[in-house]
Amino acid sequence: MEWEVVIGLEIHVQLSTKTKIFSGASTAFGAEPNTQACAVDLALPGTLPVFNENALRMAVMFGLAVNAEIGKRSVFERKNYFYPDLPKGYQTTQLAEPIVGPGFVDIETDDGVQRRVGLHHAHLEEDAGKSLHEDFHGMSGIDLNRAGTPLVEIVSEPDMRSSKEAAAYARKIHAIVTTLGICDGNMAEGSMRCDCNVSIRPKGQEELGTRTELKNINSFRFIERAIDTEVARQIDLIEDGGTVVQETRLYDPDKNETRSMRSKEEANDYRYFPCPDLLPVIIDDSYIEAIRETLPELPDARRERFISEYSLSEYDAGVLSAYRPQADYYEQAVKLSGDAKLSANWVMGELAKFLNQNDTDIKDSPVSAEQLGGLLVRIKDNTISGNIAKKVFELMWNKGGNADEIIEAEGLKQVTDTGAIEKIVDEVIASADKQVEQYKAAEPEKRGKMLGFFMGQVMKATGGKANPGAVTGILKQKLDALCD
Amino acid sequence: MSLDRSDVEQIAHLARLQIDAADVDSYGDSLNSILNLVDQMQATNTEGVEPLAHPLDAVQRLRADEVTEPDQREALLSVAPATEEGLFLVPKVIE
Repeated sequence: MEWEVVIGLEIHVQLSTKTKIFSGASTAFGAEPNTQACAVDLALPGTLPVFNENALRMAVMFGLAVNAEIGKRSVFERKNYFYPDLPKGYQTTQLAEPIVGPGFVDIETDDGVQRRVGLHHAHLEEDAGKSLHEDFHGMSGIDLNRAGTPLVEIVSEPDMRSSKEAAAYARKIHAIVTTLGICDGNMAEGSMRCDCNVSIRPKGQEELGTRTELKNINSFRFIERAIDTEVARQIDLIEDGGTVVQETRLYDPDKNETRSMRSKEEANDYRYFPCPDLLPVIIDDSYIEAIRETLPELPDARRERFISEYSLSEYDAGVLSAYRPQADYYEQAVKLSGDAKLSANWVMGELAKFLNQNDTDIKDSPVSAEQLGGLLVRIKDNTISGNIAKKVFELMWNKGGNADEIIEAEGLKQVTDTGAIEKIVDEVIASADKQVEQYKAAEPEKRGKMLGFFMGQVMKATGGKANPGAVTGILKQKLDALCD
Repeated sequence: MSLDRSDVEQIAHLARLQIDAADVDSYGDSLNSILNLVDQMQATNTEGVEPLAHPLDAVQRLRADEVTEPDQREALLSVAPATEEGLFLVPKVIE
């Protein structure tokens, strides 16, 4: 039977406010345990929450960026459950009246599938603390620094039909929240976490199958792998005559399998009710419009502009616009080098390679856009070849300095003096009788390919500094002269 | 709507309350009488009436996003029954 996969995502985005959603304690990452958990976060008796205006503003920004209705009235509710990293015994969240109403984003997968994914709503809530289960004499350790960190939970409609679409959607949300500057987007540190609701149904069937929820997936790659694994499990189960049980499952990346978690309380067991400690949040059109004025250029718009302004391919424009610091870096490099295509190749090529290898964010790149721009200028004016530029880039990355200094200090300036190149070409030809004979014996149309050997010898003799264009011309001329 | 014994036990579990099996029926009766009251209220026509989220006729005040709470870990940990390495210790919560 042919199966259709149905996926909806719940994405938790940590807002990059300075303080908690309901207290004035810091949210900075990586502090010593419990040094950023104040009396409100610990739910000590007599404390009351006061709502952080910046969290509200960021949620509204998100809503505007995804074409959503903004809730002019939103209400905080209590979601009740007991867990030691939730000191109050409830999570303050929103249910019936969230801050962001229905909206949508447009996505495109690597293989070109386009889809509009509906957003059911997005709501504000607080994060829980962290439980550490290493052995503290048979006890668990609780760090409440994260308790009360503001989150926006973004709930999609079950509109995605493949794991690739789910990953593309998550990437799009990541691009939007990082572009807006409302989240640092660091998935490894848990700034963005993803729950995937997955079900299958026979192709053509309207009714949805029973879904399972895959919890806390923290990379785009794992979203794809977790969903693929879970879909395969559900298909096997049903085709073997079994039924899917609605449950929460955990994806284990090491074993590449999903397994059932402790069964969770059902929705109505959370006993939601409006939080008596917090009043309804009321905002007006002027508040919303003032925020709209502050919105930066969003990824979709920037992608379109990259295509029209810089003549980039859709793919290149998509990659470069997806992450704001990268898009800013790229545009700065273009400004300095005056070459959009060359800049794109370097930002997505050599720079991306070094960033990946060193697990470095482009924001922390040791080679700045100014340094790269300066390097590209020297490729364009033929001071150095592309290959030598890679060498300069590596030196820049490891030791700093600008391109001109490095080229000068390392003596990497390209040899464009034709007299000097001719002399080397003559030497190479004189010492390669065998290859010269082969060249002469070859069909004229095949000779072009045979230049490679001579080219390599010349480059070897000049340490790669000879201008490749000039060498090719001279080689061809001299070799062809021998053939006549 | 009427609650049976298993509903009462489930509610007690969710609230982490330990109740005497002998008392379950009487708790059930009390809870059911509250639900009956709710049923009576449900009968009222509330069409066009906005749900009341809060009895105060006021809106939420907002706070500027500025750090106002200094680190008071030592004082806050001192009221906990067990701590180690700056962490609160609780009975093991993972199965």
